[in-house]
Amino acid sequence: MEETDWRFKIAHREAWIGVGLALFNFIWWFGFAYGLGSRPVEEYSYIFGLPDWFFYSCVVGFLLICVLVIVIVKFFFTEVPFDEEEEIR
Amino acid sequence: MNYAVLVPMLAFLVIIFFIGYWSSRKLSASSNFISDYFLGGRELGGFVLAMTMVATYGSASSFLGGPGTAYTMGFGWVLLAMAQVVTGYFVLMILGKKYAIMARRYKAVTMIDFLKARYNSTIVVLLSAFSIIVFLFSAMAAQWIGGARLVESLTGLSYNSALFLFAISVLVYVTIGGFRAVALTDAVQGAVMLVGTLVLLIAVIIAGGGIPNIVNDLINENPNLVTPYGADGNLTTAYVSSFWILVGVGVVGLPQIAVRAMSYKNSRSMHRALIIGTIVTGFIMLNMHLIGVFARPVMPGIEIGDKVIPLIALETLPPWVAGIVLAAPMAAIMSTVDSLLLLVSSSIVKDVYLNYIKPDATMKTIKRISFGVTGILGVIVFLLALNPPELLIFLNLFAFGGLEAAFIWPIVLGLYWKWGNKYGAIASMATGIFSYIAIHFYNIEYGNLFGVHTVTVPVLLSLAAFIAFSLLINRKAYQYNIIK
Repeated sequence: MEETDWRFKIAHREAWIGVGLALFNFIWWFGFAYGLGSRPVEEYSYIFGLPDWFFYSCVVGFLLICVLVIVIVKFFFTEVPFDEEEEIR
Repeated sequence: MNYAVLVPMLAFLVIIFFIGYWSSRKLSASSNFISDYFLGGRELGGFVLAMTMVATYGSASSFLGGPGTAYTMGFGWVLLAMAQVVTGYFVLMILGKKYAIMARRYKAVTMIDFLKARYNSTIVVLLSAFSIIVFLFSAMAAQWIGGARLVESLTGLSYNSALFLFAISVLVYVTIGGFRAVALTDAVQGAVMLVGTLVLLIAVIIAGGGIPNIVNDLINENPNLVTPYGADGNLTTAYVSSFWILVGVGVVGLPQIAVRAMSYKNSRSMHRALIIGTIVTGFIMLNMHLIGVFARPVMPGIEIGDKVIPLIALETLPPWVAGIVLAAPMAAIMSTVDSLLLLVSSSIVKDVYLNYIKPDATMKTIKRISFGVTGILGVIVFLLALNPPELLIFLNLFAFGGLEAAFIWPIVLGLYWKWGNKYGAIASMATGIFSYIAIHFYNIEYGNLFGVHTVTVPVLLSLAAFIAFSLLINRKAYQYNIIK
C-alpha cells in the first residue's frame, strides 16, 4: 500500500481551490465585461463615473477576489511544517 | 538638468544601496553561502515574499508600456491588464505547499535543482539552464535599456551616462547582497510603487476635473475608448481572454517567479503573501492602467507610449513629488533586472558549474565565482545595452511566453502527476519552445492563429507532449513519499 504524506493531501486540496478560484475569477471578469460591455455605448450607465461593465468586472471583481482570498486563506488553508525534522517532532 | 526631480530619485537609490549593504553583512556571517546568496536562506516573511513577487513581476511593461497602451486603447486595455490579478494568488496556491516541501526535501535552491531532482536527467537540466540563460539574459537587457531611457528622460543625461548610472546601482547591490538584498529592496520598491501609483492616479483625476468629466471627454473623442474592444474595436474577446494565459496563470512557469515560491519561511508567511500579493498586484495594475486612460484627455497627443507616465507625472505633480512617484517605475525596472541577473548567474554557477564542471568546489571558490559571474554578466549586459544588437531584441520577444510554454508543465505536472517522467519533460520543453517560435512567425505573417495570443497554442501543445511522452516511454509512477 502506498502511504501518502498527510501534508500532500492538504497541498493537493489547496491547489484545487486555487484552480477553482481562478476559474471563478475568469467567469466573473468575462461575464460582466462582455455581458454588459457589448451593448451600444449610449446605453451604458456610469458608476462613480466609470462605465458599468468596467466597474463590475474590474473594480468590484478585484475587491471580491481580495475578500475571497482572505476568507479562503483564513478559513480553508491549513498551516503545515515544511521541514522533515519538524514533522517528526 | 531637473534637480527637483533628480534629488528624490537619487535619495531613493541611496536608500536601496544601504539596504543592499546591510544585508551583505548578514550574508558574510552566514554558514550556507549558496542557499543564502541565491535564496535568502529560505526565511522570507509574508510581506517581503509578496512584495518581491510583485516587484519582480511588475516590470517596465507594467509601468511604462502597459499604461502607454491603455492611453491609446482605452478601457479595453485596463480590462486586459486586470487578468494579472490572478497571478497574485494563483502561483502561490498552485505551487504552494507541495513545492515548498519537495524543494526542501530535494535541497533545491533554484528551479532547475527542483527539475533535476524530480526528473533525474542531465538533458532536462542543460535544456532548462540554456533556455534560462538565453531568454532571461535578453529579457534583462531589454529592461536595462528601458531603465536607462527612463533615467535619460528624467535627468537629461545622455543615454550612455544614464545607462552607466543605472548599471552601477544595480550591480553594486546585487553583487554584494544576493537574493536577500534583492528581496528586501524589492519590498521597499514594491511599497514605493504602491504609494506612487495612488498619488499619481489622484493627481491625474484632479487634473482631468473628476472621473465623470474625463470619461465624457473620452466619449466625445471616440466612444470606442470606453468599450471593452479598444479604440479601433480590434481587441477581440478571444485575444483579450488569451492574456489570462500569458500574464495570468502561465506565470507559474516563469523561473524568476517560481524560485520565489521556494523561499518562504513557513506556511504562515505563505498565507500572508497570498493575501498581500493579490491586493497589491491588483491595486497597482488597476491604478497604473487607469492613469494611462485618464491621461488621454489631460494631455492629448503623446506619440510614444513609454513616455505617457513620465510626462503626466511631470505635468500634474510638483517636481519633487514627481521625482518620488517616478521612482516607482525605476524601482520596478531595477527589481526585475536584479532578480533576473541573479537567476541567470545562479543557472551558470549552481546548475552548470557546480553540477557538471566542478562538483567539489570549495566554499571560497563558489563565493568568488558567484560574485565574479554576477559581475561579468552585468558588464556584458551593459556593453550590449550601449548598442543593442538585433538578435537581443528578437530573443526578448520570446522571453515571457517562450519560458512559460517551456516550463509550466514540467513544473506543475512534475509536482502533481506521478506519471510524469523525464521523456515527457524533455518533449514538453522542446515542443513549447519550438512551437512558440514557429507560431510567432506564423502570426506575424498571417495574423493571430485562432485570434489568440501566441502563447496559447504552445502551452496546449507542450501539455499534450508531456502527457503523451510520459505515458509512452518508460512509464513508471514517481514516488513522492520518502521510502521508510
